[in-house]
Amino acid sequence: MAFKKLAEIAEISEKKGLPMWKVVQEDDCTEQSITCEESYTKMKEILSAMRDADKKYNPELVSKSGMAGGDGMKVEQFNVAGSALVGDFISSVIEKAVKMGESNACMRRIVAAPTAGACGVIPAVLLSYQEKKNVSEEKIIEALYLAAGIGEVLAECASIAGAEGGCQAEIGSAAAMASGALTYLEGGDNEAILNAVALCIKSMLGLTCDPVAGLVEVPCIKRNAYGGVNAVVSAHLAMAGVKSRIPVDEVIDSMGRIGHLIPSCLRETGEEGLAITQTAQDFCDKQMKEL
Amino acid sequence: MNIFDIVGPVMVGPSSSHTAGAVKIGYVARKLLGEDVAEAEILLYGSFLATGNGHGTKYALVAGLLGMKMDDENIPNSFDIAEKKGMKISFGKAKLKDAHPNSVLLRLTGTGGKKLEIVGESVGGSLINISRVDGLLANFSGEHPTLIVHNQDRPGYAAEVTSMLAGKNINVASLQLYRESRGGHAVMVLECDQEVPGDVLKLLEQSSGIEYVMYYSLAED
Repeated sequence: MAFKKLAEIAEISEKKGLPMWKVVQEDDCTEQSITCEESYTKMKEILSAMRDADKKYNPELVSKSGMAGGDGMKVEQFNVAGSALVGDFISSVIEKAVKMGESNACMRRIVAAPTAGACGVIPAVLLSYQEKKNVSEEKIIEALYLAAGIGEVLAECASIAGAEGGCQAEIGSAAAMASGALTYLEGGDNEAILNAVALCIKSMLGLTCDPVAGLVEVPCIKRNAYGGVNAVVSAHLAMAGVKSRIPVDEVIDSMGRIGHLIPSCLRETGEEGLAITQTAQDFCDKQMKEL
Repeated sequence: MNIFDIVGPVMVGPSSSHTAGAVKIGYVARKLLGEDVAEAEILLYGSFLATGNGHGTKYALVAGLLGMKMDDENIPNSFDIAEKKGMKISFGKAKLKDAHPNSVLLRLTGTGGKKLEIVGESVGGSLINISRVDGLLANFSGEHPTLIVHNQDRPGYAAEVTSMLAGKNINVASLQLYRESRGGHAVMVLECDQEVPGDVLKLLEQSSGIEYVMYYSLAED
C-alpha cells in the first residue's frame, strides 16, 4: 500500500533500523509481489536509461514545433569555457536538466520522473552528483528509491499531474524528490531529508501549467533547470541544519489544496498565462495551418 | 501506483499522454488485430488533433501499429519504417460523441485481410483505455491479458466463458457486458490475471453462438 505520509516512512525506518529507501523498496516489493532483487534490477535499468538519455543528447535536434533544441549545448559551452557564475556542480545540474528537457521535446528516450515534462530534474541532480563526488552506483540507486517514495506520497496526497495540480505537481514534485535524494547522498538523517523536501516544495507552491501550444517545451524545458537548482538549495539548507517550520506532510497537504485552487485555465488547458500571449497565439495559428 | 510509475516509465518523449499513450493505443490495436497492419485510417480527436503535431502523436500511433513499445527509439522514424513495409496510412479528423479529449479512432486492415475498428483514449500518464471495439462499447486498459468475445445476446454465454477460464485456473480481473440490442449482437470484455492459452481461444471460437473472439496478450510476438 502506498504511503500517505513521509513521516510514516521515517517512523518505520527508525523502528526497523532500516534506511528510508529500503522501507520504500520493501513496501513496493510486497505490493507488486516481486523480490527485492527483481526490483533492484529494475531500478538499475531506470538509472541506466537516465544516463543513456543524458549521454545521447544531440545538439542538432530541433523539436517538431521548431521551438526547442540546442540550448543545452549553449550551457555546456558556457560551462566548459569557465564562464560559469556558479560552481561545477550547479553548472552541471543546469546543463543536464536543459539537455534532458530538450531530448524529451525532440522525441528521444527519457525516463518520466515523475512526468516526461519534468524528466530533467532528478537525473540532472543525481548524475551530476555522481560525476562530481564519485559515489557508487549502489548509492545512487538507493537515492532513486527514496525519490520514488517521496513521489508516491506526493501522488497520493497532492498530485504529480500538471492538469490536476499545475506545474508545482510536475517540476515541483521532481524537485522535492531530488532534494530528498540529494540530502540522503550527502549523509543527511531522516529529519534532514524531510526538511529538505518540505523546504523545496514550499519554494515551488502555486506554480502554474500554461505551456505554449500545449507542448512540453515553453516554459517546461528550462524550468527543469530551476527545479534541479531548487533541489540543491533545499538539500544545502537542510544539511546546514535549517528546518522547515511547517512539517513536510502538512506542506504536501497544502500543495494538494493549492493544486485544486489553481483555476483550470492554468492547469494544462492553454487558456491563460503564457499560453495566450500574442507570441504564443501567433505560434498556434501557424501550427493549426499545418494540420 | 507502484514506484516504477513514479520513477518511470522509460519512454520516448515528449508527452506521456500524447506520445507514450498514443504508442500504446497503436500497439494494443495491432495486437487485437492479430496480424501486421496493411492499411490504417487514423482519425484524431480533441487534444490529439489540436496538439498532436507538436507531440509527435501521429508518429507514436504509427509506431504502435508497427508493434513498437513506448521506449522504442525508432518511434520518430515510424513513417519511414511503415513506408518501407508498404503499410498504407491516412490521417483525418474523427467525429466522436462524448469522447475523452485525447482520443483516436483507428480503422485497420491486416495483411491477412482481418479488419478492426477501435477507439482508444489516452487517459493520463501513459495509461490508456480502449473505449470501443468494432462499434460496440468496451473499456479496458491494455494492462491485463484481455479477452473480447462477440456473441449473440442469449442466456448463458458469460457463464460458459467464465467457467471455461476457471477450468484453466485463469482469474477474471474485470468482466463487462455490452449489447447492441436485446437478443442482438453482444460483446463481453474480460480482463484476466493470467494469459489465456491458444486452445481455450480456439474452443471458444468453435462454440455455437459465439461469433468471433479477439485476444490481447501481454506476451511478446
